[in-house]
Amino acid sequence: MKNPLDSLWGTIICGVLLTAILYFAVKSILS
Amino acid sequence: MDWVPAIARWVHFMAGIMWVGLLYYFNFVQAAALKAATADGTAAGITKHVAPRALLFFRWSAVVTWLAGAALLGNQFVNAFTLSKGMAGIGVGAWLGTIMLINVWAIIWPNQQKILGLKPATDEEKAKARRVAFLTSRFNTMLSIPLLFFMAAGLTHRAAFGL
Repeated sequence: MKNPLDSLWGTIICGVLLTAILYFAVKSILS
Repeated sequence: MDWVPAIARWVHFMAGIMWVGLLYYFNFVQAAALKAATADGTAAGITKHVAPRALLFFRWSAVVTWLAGAALLGNQFVNAFTLSKGMAGIGVGAWLGTIMLINVWAIIWPNQQKILGLKPATDEEKAKARRVAFLTSRFNTMLSIPLLFFMAAGLTHRAAFGL
């Protein structure tokens, strides 16, 4: 499988997905 | 007005813009430009004159950003890093920034020194260093996306967390 970080779009998509995951994690910590 | 957080926030923003700006320059501009320049034999212009200067400001602006961020957190520093007492949002930002700073100094810079010939390395070591530095730089670009979200979370979108 190709490393998503080899492409800029793959990097951006991974960053957005990571943001969503961390957002829900933080939201559950704060609630 | 409390001057320490005001100045710390100002410096944090200026240095952070330089750090992430140069990170985006490396990933969005230089990586592709270097490939094209290598193909037509003009890569030395970038590797000799541009990259060392860009890396100098890149690695030191990372340090200044982190220190100003730590000063800005002040007595909330421990709460931020332990994600406690309502500081989880900016705490995640602080953790991401810290990981990125470590990546810059412990992985990207030592490997760039080999690539740019500032440290002796065989062709094989240079090829490996190029791949490691590239992927770590891309990893930091990926981390910068949530980092900026969580930095802003403390200022503008507290409502997103129901605060």
